[in-house]
Amino acid sequence: MAMKGYKLPNEVPWNDIELGAIVTEPGSASFKRTGDWRTEHPVVDKESCIKCGMCWLHCPDAAITPLDDGYFEPDLYHCKGCGICAAICPKHCITMEQEVEQ
Amino acid sequence: MSKRVVLEASHAVAEAVKMADVDVVAAYPITPQTHIPERLAEMVADGELDAAYIPVESEHSAMSCVLGSAAVGARSFTTTAAQGLELMHEAVYIASSHRYPIVMAICNRALSAPISIWCDHSDAMSCRDVGWISVFCQNNQEAFDMTAWAFRVGEDPEVMFPVMVNLDGFTLSHVTEPLLLPEQKDIDRYIPRYNYRLALNPDNPTSHGGFGLPDVYTEVKYAQEVALRNSMPVLEKGWKEFGDIFGRSYKAIETYKAEGAETLIVTMGSLGETAKMVVDSMREKGVAVGHLNIRLWRPFPFDAFREAVKGIKSLAVLDRAISFGGPGGPVASELKAALYDCSDRPRVMSFVGGLGGREVDTPVFEYMVNRTIEVTASGSDLLFEPLEVRGLAQGSGVRG
Repeated sequence: MAMKGYKLPNEVPWNDIELGAIVTEPGSASFKRTGDWRTEHPVVDKESCIKCGMCWLHCPDAAITPLDDGYFEPDLYHCKGCGICAAICPKHCITMEQEVEQ
Repeated sequence: MSKRVVLEASHAVAEAVKMADVDVVAAYPITPQTHIPERLAEMVADGELDAAYIPVESEHSAMSCVLGSAAVGARSFTTTAAQGLELMHEAVYIASSHRYPIVMAICNRALSAPISIWCDHSDAMSCRDVGWISVFCQNNQEAFDMTAWAFRVGEDPEVMFPVMVNLDGFTLSHVTEPLLLPEQKDIDRYIPRYNYRLALNPDNPTSHGGFGLPDVYTEVKYAQEVALRNSMPVLEKGWKEFGDIFGRSYKAIETYKAEGAETLIVTMGSLGETAKMVVDSMREKGVAVGHLNIRLWRPFPFDAFREAVKGIKSLAVLDRAISFGGPGGPVASELKAALYDCSDRPRVMSFVGGLGGREVDTPVFEYMVNRTIEVTASGSDLLFEPLEVRGLAQGSGVRG
């Protein structure tokens, strides 16, 4: 994630918070790791993927990234594991796999 | 040079809003506030005021509109009363949290049920903890002056908080009396144009209304609390500057004939005028009584209040609202809390009266003073004493 010079809100002491907690860094929500909220993560089977992009269109968190070769890849830094991509995939090539503690 | 005119307080507020050269007015009419939006709509329609007047479909929309206009840095005004204030409530809390210097006039009115269009302070008390600066007016001149002051101090870079100007419904809003209207050039000097550093602007993007996870919400609220308390010197400076330019000075806590007084009548709002008449007449009879007006309700002026009651034996506090099941009238319980840590503190006698437009005439204040003097000597286990309740013997009331 591009976080050069940017402090996450939880790194800022109370007296450095911007007036009204207004956010002055555009797109800063992307810096926040939400991937650790997940209990399952999507796994794409490239063999049956037809590159239709339905998963990318339907992801409510913009956590599917289009790749240069036309495939789509889950962004696990942000993916909350909702499973919409797996449910919407017309070729059933995305499966949700259980998160496990290492 | 000020002009001497005759206006009801509603129109005095509208004049102040016009002279402040407001950019956006969004309001929904509700008795007894109706004359304020009506007059402002007229001023915009007649070209007297160059502003956007948004005739919204509810008070929730009124506050939501001014949240939006304040977010782009437009000087914004709304006004309401009672049920309207309750309907906009959740958005009211957002204005102070975002630190938008919106000004709102509230023509104080009792909350339903039963339906009452008349004055008390139950609407203002429902907004006690919303984080706005809150000020009360005693007469029409003050309604004008406090509205102008609200723009001046709310937009100060050291403050940046919304301000609610409370004026008693009907008693002020619909009563016509003489007042001085200042010249536009003096108001321009008093309320400079302000530049909102964080305004929504595509060239310099900001996000308003972000998500606050548990790891940041506490810090945001603490910062807000410190900022509201720290606004006090600017609020006082705003009144001092007002005095320098217009010749009328105000303070957060104001006393009348407090010198040599043993008992002070404490009021907020227009009943202060009646209380002062009672002080005059009782002083002539040799009763050591004075008056204390709470002008600034939030942030509460703890230091000024403690200083003003030094050496006073008792306070006869009139609340125009009930804190149901609570520790007495909301103002009285606040004053008790303010005095708790003081070793030499006056006895606080809590009276609740003037609900839903019930008249509080001079004999009621005389009773309050005499009763407070009596209770200070004899003691009482009452939390508060309701005034003028049919079927309830004088001197009885609610125990904790």
